[in-house]
Formats: sequence, structure tokens, C-alpha cells
Amino acid sequence: MISSEPVRMKENRVNDFTVQIATINGSGSQSANQILVRTLFRMGIPVGGKNLFPSNIQGLPTWFTIRAHPEGFVGRKNEQDIVITLNPSTALSDQKFVSSNGLFLYNSECALPSHKMRSDIISISIPFRQLSQEATESVKARKLLQNMIYVGLIAQILQLKWEVLEQTVRDQLGNKAELIQSNLKAITIGLNWAKQNLPSEFLNKFTAKEVPEGNDQYVLIDGNTTAALGLIYGGCTFASWYPITPSSSVMENLAGFSQKWRKDKAGHSTLAIIQAEDELAAVAMALGAGWTGARAVTATSGPGLSLMAETAGLAYYAEIPLVIWEVQRAGPSTGLPTRTQQSDVLFAAKLSHGDSKHILLFPSNPEEHFSFGQVAFDLAETLQTLVIVMSDLDLGMNFHRSKKWPYPTQPYARGKVLSADELTLRGKFERYSDVDNDGRTYRTLPGTEHPLAAYFTRGTGHDEQSRYSEDPEVYRTNLDRLNKKWENAKKWVPQPQISQTHDTDSAILCYGSTDIIINEVLNLLAQQNLKMNSICLKSYPFPRSVEEFISQHQTIYVVEQNRDAQMKTLLTEEYPQYTTRFKSILCYDGWPITAHFVTQNIFPKKGI
Amino acid sequence: MIKQKSEASIESTSSESTQIIKSNLNKINLSQSDYVGGKSTLCTGCGHDSVTQQIIKAYFQSGVNPFQVVKISGIGCSSKTPAYLMNQAHGFNTIHGRMAPIATGVKVANHHLQILGISGDGDTASIGLGSFIHMIRRNLPIIYIVENNGVYGLTKGQFSATADAESIKKGGERNLFTAIDLCSLALELGCSFVARSFSGDSKQLVPLIDAAIRHNGTALIDVISPCITFANHEGSTKSYDAVKSHNHHLQELGFVQPQEPLLVDYEEGSYQTVKLVDGSVLILKKIESHLHDITDLQAAKNALNNSKQKNEILTGLFYWNQNCTHLIDRLHLSSTPLVQLTEKELRPKEEDFHQTLSQWK
Repeated sequence: MISSEPVRMKENRVNDFTVQIATINGSGSQSANQILVRTLFRMGIPVGGKNLFPSNIQGLPTWFTIRAHPEGFVGRKNEQDIVITLNPSTALSDQKFVSSNGLFLYNSECALPSHKMRSDIISISIPFRQLSQEATESVKARKLLQNMIYVGLIAQILQLKWEVLEQTVRDQLGNKAELIQSNLKAITIGLNWAKQNLPSEFLNKFTAKEVPEGNDQYVLIDGNTTAALGLIYGGCTFASWYPITPSSSVMENLAGFSQKWRKDKAGHSTLAIIQAEDELAAVAMALGAGWTGARAVTATSGPGLSLMAETAGLAYYAEIPLVIWEVQRAGPSTGLPTRTQQSDVLFAAKLSHGDSKHILLFPSNPEEHFSFGQVAFDLAETLQTLVIVMSDLDLGMNFHRSKKWPYPTQPYARGKVLSADELTLRGKFERYSDVDNDGRTYRTLPGTEHPLAAYFTRGTGHDEQSRYSEDPEVYRTNLDRLNKKWENAKKWVPQPQISQTHDTDSAILCYGSTDIIINEVLNLLAQQNLKMNSICLKSYPFPRSVEEFISQHQTIYVVEQNRDAQMKTLLTEEYPQYTTRFKSILCYDGWPITAHFVTQNIFPKKGI
Repeated sequence: MIKQKSEASIESTSSESTQIIKSNLNKINLSQSDYVGGKSTLCTGCGHDSVTQQIIKAYFQSGVNPFQVVKISGIGCSSKTPAYLMNQAHGFNTIHGRMAPIATGVKVANHHLQILGISGDGDTASIGLGSFIHMIRRNLPIIYIVENNGVYGLTKGQFSATADAESIKKGGERNLFTAIDLCSLALELGCSFVARSFSGDSKQLVPLIDAAIRHNGTALIDVISPCITFANHEGSTKSYDAVKSHNHHLQELGFVQPQEPLLVDYEEGSYQTVKLVDGSVLILKKIESHLHDITDLQAAKNALNNSKQKNEILTGLFYWNQNCTHLIDRLHLSSTPLVQLTEKELRPKEEDFHQTLSQWK
């Protein structure tokens, strides 16, 4: 059963390990994987889980990776300490993920020629089919229960706390007693098999040790779920969308939360959600609602964003509040719909023809996916423009550990809207007149009962009263005012997160999901006596503090998940005087970036 | 010949309302000049300008509050016209083909608003066809007027998707492809109000708009509106002459406002009156031996098909389903418009927040 010589066991690694499970898409492994990652989380261990899945409903290979780390470094790692392969088609190649001295548990139905087996790892064949036959007589259920068998194997190897595991299974499967019993039985079969068949030293290699109250102040959740909740708390009243991976679950979760918390006393909805015929219509509906005074959002991903370009320009030029929640995937074109990237940054920043530019927000954890819901609406209404929230598949669909955040109490910022009474007081209203000299003008909402209220919105050239105009002076003055508003926006957008604890002239710059690995990167560098400061951008345009930080460092490594250094392009455009200070580190294979990828790029020869 | 007063008219012929009409004010004390807009920049003689005048007349007569109206359009000559009417209503000249979804957002955000959409054949039948179809599917409450001339006027005379096959362009080129008939398409989709008229026929068009104002759902009025510059020549099937000689009325239409006396002088059995909730009455008079039943969807489809075979342009009210369920009903929205909801009503309670977070483990 053990196909290679047992390797001498090294130190026992407590709460510091990676697990990767290779299955076939559509085989029902999702709940097994969630049970594992949630059990570890409930034991108080810092943990994260990533689903590396195909663009397919059934049949193609899929992987789930779990990483536990006592200091919370739970970004993806290439080396996996425990690899479980149920999928014969990937078994051979899955070996390459196993860390030296790691465990490789493969389905006995995978025909693996011995000469192709690695000798530096421990490979064990697991009779999944036979074990699942013990678990149930139902042929149909066997396939599903194979997943619970590996839960049992891992439970035994890591010594998961049974009470926690059992409760997690119950919570995961709901109130179905029979289902819970059969799943627990399959887990026990896997657990017992491991107990009886794996060498005892094997069992002490990687251990999950309970940390009392370790995660009491944390949640384990995906960004798309907290985004939906954040939109609810942020006052969203209108959402239109067209299904697209990986953003669909933002809207599906929004619909779920709306059922719970967005009913008035009569039981009627205070949030309208419309599934549109395409992204052209989805964004247009949200724009119409935003113009009317609703807090309106649409969610999409790259190809959908392409279709939204024309309306984005209208929102910018006619100054209409609108929020697009973008969950980036790997492009160009259809690209890799189920893999992650940050490759829409440049496109989103300048979305649409002409001199268009848009406020971008970069949440980098579940908490910010929540809080940026209200921030996006506040900015869209304060600045009367389009705000695009730039999430990505890794942030949106994977499990992240995030510190619990407080209940939001900040009042909604609704911007400059004149009521009928205010119109009477002012005695004058011009839609695009810069009366406060900050580039931000007043609007009235349709339905305002006042003879001064009405104006005619248009995407064509317009003067201060929103009348059609082709006058060169009027046109230029208006574009300049929009730029003035843009400059003022720098005061309103979220500030970067800066860690400037070292007296050093080098720093790492990240944004969005690359923030997940930054602490680990800094730690790895510190081990090589290289101290670096870091900055995590939260918005475009960049607030003044970004320039200040850049001016204080000679070398700034800009870490991004795209080929063309898109954020660096925006930075060099904004700060041409600092162009030579930026060094790009670019990961764009579709899988979430690792800390080692960054350090290897900083020290190509050291190999740390 | 008989003269008849309906029950509806008895209530509304009070001396007060008679006075209002006499003083040129409507029921909300506005004059027709309160419904006008900016000066048109379309070509002199453009059919669209006639349509603008009929819209102004109908909205004035019906006593619609302009503050509660949103005028909306896409891109094209027709889409400029909202600027030429009802200056006291908010207006939105949007982008090409997106009038329907933008109007959807407006109406859902504030369902108290009345939406007047004015689009063209390029905007509706080509670039916006998908959205047009889905708007009908959802039965968005909107008056959707298509000013249909079969050409792209602003880009100087290319055929549109409603141009008839074999019709001839100004330069002599023949149209190779069959026309999309927006009314047939709308009927096929179950549109709840479908009518066609001609820009030069105020006697027919004004009552149609009056009726559409009372409709709660998508009211499509396809108005053949000749382009004086690019499609008024021989060989064009949407020129003034072509429409006049091929126009066939399905019925004669009359509309009686609530405050007006209903005086009907048609022969018994030759007309139908549709009483509306606000007390107004739509009168449909038969033209040939058969009186078209506007509640019969299949009859409407047949009438259109027959007219096409006879090479006629059939105009009139084809179909009206007054008992339809519209988008706002189906969304089960709060009776308070979404835009008027406050933070207190929108942000869930603190205990719900903590409970949600505690489940994420």
C-alpha cells in the first residue's frame, strides 16, 4: 500500500500545512471541502480555502486547496503537504504539487506506473470505491460519499476534533437526519481506514491543534456574499444584472438577503432586482434608476464590462450616479472564466470612448467587500458619477478569514440633490452650474413638484442649463469642470493601507487580492534581512497619501495579477516623475498569486 | 342616426368642467402652452414635428401633471423630439437603442412617474430590438411612440429595418430585405396595447395617445412619420403620398375626456365605447361591415396579416388588454417609490447584522 520507502519523519507541523484535493467537477466535492475548511476554522486555526475549478458543469478536473498557518498566512502555496486525488485523469500530474516529504493519497483506481512515482514523497493508494461500498448500499450515493471518505482520512491525519467536525457536518447538511447519518458514517469509515492502515508516525506529521477562541473575532466567508450584504446595508434599492461567472453569486446572495431584510410592513420589497436580457440593458437599467434617485448597482465580469462601456461614458458625462460591481476573471475575450486575474484595471479606469475616466475601488478582503457597498454608493451620489468596484474571482468566490467588523452607522451621503422647498429658497437652478466651485453640481430628481425642477439630461454637448450646445468654449469648460471634480474626488476616495515601519527605501505596492499574500512576502523578506514597507491601494484616482508614500521610496515593487502592468501604467501616468522607481511583479496564469512568486521575483537568484 | 349621452358623461358635464374647457385650461388648471417645449431643430415639414404637436395636445387634454412625467428617448431624429414638448417634465435623451432599459430603471425606481418614450425605427427595430422585445415581455408601464420613417435620417438616409423590401432609397438603391413590422412583433409578444397611426392624422393619433395615457402597461404606438428629406420620393413606401394612398383605417377613433359631454351620433351597432376608470371614453367606430374587437388578440393579428397581403398600411387601435399585470405589480414593490425610502427603512438592524456574521464560520 505504501509505494515508496517511508521517509524519515521531520518535525510535527502544528496548524501549518496545505491540503489539496483533486476531484472531478460535478462530483459533489464542494460540501466535503467546505466541511474541512470550516472545521479547521471552528477549531480556531487561521485558514483559507480556494476552489480552482473549470468552466464546466460536470466532468473536468477541479481542485480545492486549504492552507492553515499560525500567523494567518493563508494565501495559495504551490507546494501541498497533503494531496488527495480522486481523479484518475490528473493523478500523475497531481504528484507535482506534493511538497518534499509530503503525502500523496490517490484513488486506487488510478493506474500509476511505479517508475513515474516520485520517491521523495509518501504515496498511498486509497480504495475509495471499496470504502464507499461499505458506507452505503445505494449505488447513486456512493459517488457522493467518496468525498466524505476523504474527509475522514484527513480528519485522522490532521487529528481534527471530532465534536467540531460532527457539528460542522450537521450545519452544512441542514436538517436532513438521514443524510447526516450516512455522511458521518462515511467519514468514520475513512477515519478508521486511516487509523488502521497508515503508519503511526505518519499521523503526527501535520496536526490541527485547537486554538481556544482563536477565530471568535473572525468570519470565514467569500467576498461575493459580503458584497451582497454590504449593498443591502449600503442602501441599495435597485439592482439589475445579467448572469456571468464569477459575479453571479453577488446578485444571487443579494436576492437572498433581500427576501430576509428588504420587506416593508406590508411585505413588499424595498429592493428591486431585475435579471436583464444582456449587460447592455443591465447597466442601462441601473443608470435609469440612478438618474431617478435610487441607489442602483449592476454586477458583472470582464466580457459584461465590455458591453457596459457606452453607458459608462454617459454616466461620466451626464453625471449620473451608478455603481458597477466587477468581479474580474482571466481575459482577454472569454479567457478563463473560472480563473482569477486583475486584468480589467486599465479598461475599467477609462471605460468608454472619449475622455472618460471612472472612480475605481479595490477591496482586498471580505470586510471591504462589505464596507465598499456603502462607500461606492456614497461616492457615486456625492460625485454624481460611475464608481466601479474591482473585486476578482479569488476574493469573490473563495473562502477568506476576515476580522469581524462593526455595524455600520455612517449616514448615507446622498450628494447635492435639491428638493422643491430648496428650489423655492434658491429661486434658480442650473443643472451643471458649478455654484460651489468644487466641480460638483446640483441635481433634482424627476417627480419634484416645482416649476424650476425639470431639466433635460443628454449625452450630447450641453451647457450649464443642460441645453444642447456645440459651442467650443462651453464644451471645453464643461470637460475642465469634470476634471476639477476628478481632482476633488481624491479627497473623498478611500485611503490606501500603509505599513511604513521600516527605515528603508524599498517598498511593495499591492491592491485587491494581491494583498492576501503581502504579509507573508514581507515575512519571507525579513527572514533574508530585507526590510520593506508596503502600501495597499484602495482606490483610483490615487489620494495624495499615495504620492507621499512613493516619494519616500526609491524602489517600489508593484505586484499585480495581469500581464501588462496595468496599475503601474496608471501610476506612471499620474506620477511621471517617479516612473523609474516602479518595478513590476506580474502573475497572470489564472491561479491566485503565491508569496514565493513575489519573493522569487525580488530575489531571482536566492530562490526564497 | 341617434344622439346619445352616456352615463359617464352625465357626471362630467358639470358647469365647472365646462367652464374650464371654455377658459382653455385643463382639469389641473394648465393651458396648452404649459405643455410645449423648445424649438424644433428638425427639417421643415418633418413628420416628427406633427407627432410632437399631437402629443402636446393629448397630454394637455388629458390633464397630465408634467412634473410627474419623464420624457425619454434613444438616439436619432425622433429621439430629439422630447426636447420640443413639456418643458416642465424631466427629460432624458439617452443612448442608441437603450431607451427601453433606461426607462425600466426610471419607472421601477419611482413607479409614480409616467413614462413617455419616443424612439425611432433605427433605435427600436435595429440596435434596440432586443431591449424592445424584453420590455414588452416585462410589460413595462410606458407610452412607447415609434416615429417610424424607414430611414436613418441623422446619418443621411440609409435604410432602416422597417423599410419595406424593394422600396427605393433616394439615390435609387433598392432595399434587399424584408421589413420588421413592430406592431406584428408586439402582438406576437402579447404587448398589452398596440396601435399604429400616421403623423399627419391628428384625428386618429390624438385619441390613441389619450387612450395610451390611461393604459397601465406597455402602450406601443407605431407612428408612420415621413422623412421629408430622405424618404419622401417616389418608390419610398413611407412617403406622404404612399402613406396617404395606402393608409387603411381599422376603425374611426374618438376620445372623450372626463369633463366633456359624450355626444355620439353614430348608428346603433356601428360603434363601441370603452369606458375608462377616470371617466373618459374611447369610441371606436366601424368602417366596413365588421367592427374590430380590440380585446381579441387573434383578431388583431389577422387584421394586420390581411392588410399586409392587400398591400395596405393598416392604422388604428389593434389590441388593448386593460386587465394586464405589469412589471411593477410583478416585482411586488413597496408602495412608497424606491427613491423615497430612507436610511431607516433600508439599513437592517444591528442585531441582524451580528447574527449574520456569527453564522459565517
